[in-house]
Amino acid sequence: MLRVSLREISAALKEGQVSPTELCQRCLSFIKATKFLNAYITIAEETALKQAEESEKRYRRGQILGDLDGIPVAVKDNFSTAGIETTCASNMLKGYIPPYNATVVQKLLDQGAVLLGKTNLDEFAMGSGSTDGTFGPVRNPWSYSRQYRDKCVPSSHTESGDSKWLITGGSSGGSAAAVSSFTCFAALGSDTGGSTRNPAAHCGVVGLKPTYGLISRHGLIPLVNSMDVPGILTRCVDDAAIVLGVLAGHDPKDSTTVQDPFKPFELTSYIDASKLCIGIPKEYHAPGLSSETRALWSKAADLFENAGAKVIEVSLPHTRYSIICYHVLCTAEVASNMARFDGLEYGHRSSMDKSTEVMYAATRREGFNDVVRGRILSGNYFLLKQNYENYFIKAQKVRRLIANDFVNVFRSGIDVLLTPTTLSDTIPYVEFIKEDNRTRSAQDDIFTQATNMAGLPAITVPTALSEKGLPIGLQFIGRAFQEKQLLTVAKWFEKQVNFPMIQLPGMMDHGHTVCHHQKSAFFS
Amino acid sequence: MAASILRRCRGSLQRCRAGDVAALHSGPSPRRVQAPGPIASGRRAGNSPAGERGVAPWVAVVGLEIHAQISSNSKLFSGSQVQFAAPPNSLVSFFDASLPGTLPALNRRCVEAAVMTGLALNCSINKKSLFDRKHYFYADLPAGYQITQQRLPVAVNGSLSYSFCVGGKKNQMLTRTVRIKQIQLEQDSGKSLHDDTRSQTLIDLNRAGVGLMEVVMEPDMSSGEEAAAAVRELQLILQTLGSSQAIMAEGQLRVDANVSVHHPGEAYGVRTEVKNINSARFLARAIDYEIQRQIKELENGGTVMNETRAFDYKLGCTIPMRDKEGKQDYRFMPEPNLPPLILYDTKSLPANTNHQQVVNIDWIRERLPDLPSVRRVKLVEQYGILPEHSFTLLNEDGLMEFFENVVRQTQMNPKKVIGWILNDMLGYLKQHNLTVKESPVSSLFLADLLNLLDRGAISSSAAKQVLEELWKGEGKTPLQIVKEKTLELIQDQQELEQICQAVMEGHQEEVMEIKKGNRKVLNKLIGLVQRTTRGRADPVLVKQILEKRLSQ
Repeated sequence: MLRVSLREISAALKEGQVSPTELCQRCLSFIKATKFLNAYITIAEETALKQAEESEKRYRRGQILGDLDGIPVAVKDNFSTAGIETTCASNMLKGYIPPYNATVVQKLLDQGAVLLGKTNLDEFAMGSGSTDGTFGPVRNPWSYSRQYRDKCVPSSHTESGDSKWLITGGSSGGSAAAVSSFTCFAALGSDTGGSTRNPAAHCGVVGLKPTYGLISRHGLIPLVNSMDVPGILTRCVDDAAIVLGVLAGHDPKDSTTVQDPFKPFELTSYIDASKLCIGIPKEYHAPGLSSETRALWSKAADLFENAGAKVIEVSLPHTRYSIICYHVLCTAEVASNMARFDGLEYGHRSSMDKSTEVMYAATRREGFNDVVRGRILSGNYFLLKQNYENYFIKAQKVRRLIANDFVNVFRSGIDVLLTPTTLSDTIPYVEFIKEDNRTRSAQDDIFTQATNMAGLPAITVPTALSEKGLPIGLQFIGRAFQEKQLLTVAKWFEKQVNFPMIQLPGMMDHGHTVCHHQKSAFFS
Repeated sequence: MAASILRRCRGSLQRCRAGDVAALHSGPSPRRVQAPGPIASGRRAGNSPAGERGVAPWVAVVGLEIHAQISSNSKLFSGSQVQFAAPPNSLVSFFDASLPGTLPALNRRCVEAAVMTGLALNCSINKKSLFDRKHYFYADLPAGYQITQQRLPVAVNGSLSYSFCVGGKKNQMLTRTVRIKQIQLEQDSGKSLHDDTRSQTLIDLNRAGVGLMEVVMEPDMSSGEEAAAAVRELQLILQTLGSSQAIMAEGQLRVDANVSVHHPGEAYGVRTEVKNINSARFLARAIDYEIQRQIKELENGGTVMNETRAFDYKLGCTIPMRDKEGKQDYRFMPEPNLPPLILYDTKSLPANTNHQQVVNIDWIRERLPDLPSVRRVKLVEQYGILPEHSFTLLNEDGLMEFFENVVRQTQMNPKKVIGWILNDMLGYLKQHNLTVKESPVSSLFLADLLNLLDRGAISSSAAKQVLEELWKGEGKTPLQIVKEKTLELIQDQQELEQICQAVMEGHQEEVMEIKKGNRKVLNKLIGLVQRTTRGRADPVLVKQILEKRLSQ
């Protein structure tokens, strides 16, 4: 039952096939059973059960709040949740309990959703592996899938096989793992350079980064204010559209949200592909792109072409400057945003209190990991008076050029861009940590990060399994605020590729009830 | 060589021990350090090392940065209330405490206040302005940065005219203009209370995030008095607009002064910044002290350091503030959570806009009240009073209204009324440290009294007696007091004649003097008659009677 989509479970709840409490309990026990994934930092068992109980009453009265009523969800631990610890996977915020809900969390709760817990991430969302948080790395559920184990871990029943466990990608790895391992039906991530789409691709789930300004950031503990967007992770495109419908819209508490009212939409199953124009950015043939992913990308293009769509190679000439430009802008905002963590009002405070300055320094040294401290250092360097013009201003100008690249492409008649989401399928943790966080972030954000610079919506759709039996996702990038068009294309594509469901033998009580696709229709 | 080293040492010693040196100035009545007005201290050049500039006068250059707290119900970027002297940390929203994830939402009222002020100061209003973050670590700045308008402020290029009295008797008005560089919107910080005995710092965030207008005045002033007059005029304008209550004692108007001195024709000197002058009384004194200090320093062969100093109002001098090592780099950055602030005028206002959502410059301009300068001109024209009187009327809170109320209720010529208001009433209030609103005498009673005087029912000296009685605030009307004390003018000619006769008879010596030609003594006789009648005699009439009788 846990493996169905949000829409299906919602229908099951409405029909009384399952009660919200029962559903919540099942999810909670499954979270416990998959604790080794380290997907959750905090499990909000008590409040979740209370919320489920309330939902159950509403179902009994026939007065449900919406499609999400009674649906168990998880939220990345960088969204403020009233009364529930919010850590950003940092020592700095261990024990910090916000007094308010992020707008997106409030909207979920207002719809009757049941908040199971807070998911793991890289410290302050700085990373692309979900390996650099103070609570340890998140393990990719696919590490334990039949598909992967059959192919790559011959001795899968022994403990030694576990050393090859895979990373989820990041930084919203906990949310991706939670959705992928069926412990919740939807999860919130955040996306600054690809932090929702990257782990979604590695975990075989749908990851949506909406247009900047469509969803409130109020309560999201910022990484880069000018690029952060709350992300949505679900099992399928339809579910993402449902959650988007709940979350989108102007928020007076976030001045960067657009005023125009947002109309929730349902996606049609049918599209007239002949009216569609798909762009293939040539710059995305990047070094390091695995041949498998490249082949899959090309196959996907063929798929559209065969369906009658126009598929055109396009150019986004400034793409190659994106990562370095992002590095300047990101670290500058990080340096600024992290200034508030001084140990005075909340969070960690060092016991060294010889003077205020000594306390600040010790608090920040003890509270932040090397990655955060490194970014603060570079950011402050870029913001120094003598460097500001040469670095920050220049990076802003390049950012504009990158955004204009997209404007030009869309102006030329392209509806949606099709690109890879990641260079390859995911890799084992032991491989991943051979490079430092900065190198990894630079590599892994390559296809996702420019859309954050431009503020555009993008979605990754799980497409096929690699030779190793691991998911590969492809990304669609749409025009600003054209989520409906983007998701419609994504849904059509999702249907064509028929991505196989993860098989987690021995982990689920009712494994046999699930009908999984033995073979991908697409990747054959 | 040795001497110059010695001198430098002494100079730095003086700087280090400024507190001690300054202590010399302290005492029950700190003396004024310097005569106001442009400084010409050439005579003192004799003290300067030989071979230097000789007797060229020093000229001071003063620029001001003034922080005016915006009068608004809520803070600049949060919904917290703004209130003076509320219990510590009782007016702190999540945003004000910089809880992670909170975002600023601009308060429209604060924008309107800034636009209003900009218009009143003849600024051009920027239809697009931007917010920036200014970073520094301080315990009462919870976010680690202040949101301000560094790159593109809301208003620029204005001017402010102000006047002040000069001359020995302070009876000559001088009007000057200072350029306004810009007005920027920014957040106030919280307050730190340092408890040195317990080595603790207590933080109150009630003020954190309150809207400020920083008004930057170009260095067009040259003395403390000019600066004080400019600040006073600004204060009046802000209060007239209601954009700030601008009460210095409550920290709603805080002044930083940039001060330097140089010889005319030479480059400006190194400037110091005198921070946080929070009292109107000490503003001129602080600046003048700093000017004199710099002149002395330079004439003694020392140098002026580019430093921040604070005015210690108890010691009556400026002392260096314990500043951070080296220069602060504020690492300015655009505030990413606030889109550009766009203002409209009637022309650019898009159709179908929600008026709650936009600020229309023209709409604000049309509703600007009369500014103090306009009111003064009107007062002079309408009542025929002197320009300097119009300044006094506006400078005292509520005095103009009081004056106009009295004028409205009396037949007396306003030119005469102003004397009673400025000399008798204001003198009394000042002496007793009262504001106009606290005056025990209402405008109605004063008008009644002046009416009695004007129609000749009482003499002017009797009127003063009545006023003395009125100050007691017992609620008796002037007429009641006149009746009780029988202060009415003696209307009976016969009676006056008799009194005059009696006085003459009792003072034969004086009568003889007058008859010899010493007319001055006549005044003494008049005074004696007044004393006999307790001021109830009409002095003109008395004089006539006495003269008539003396010539007989």
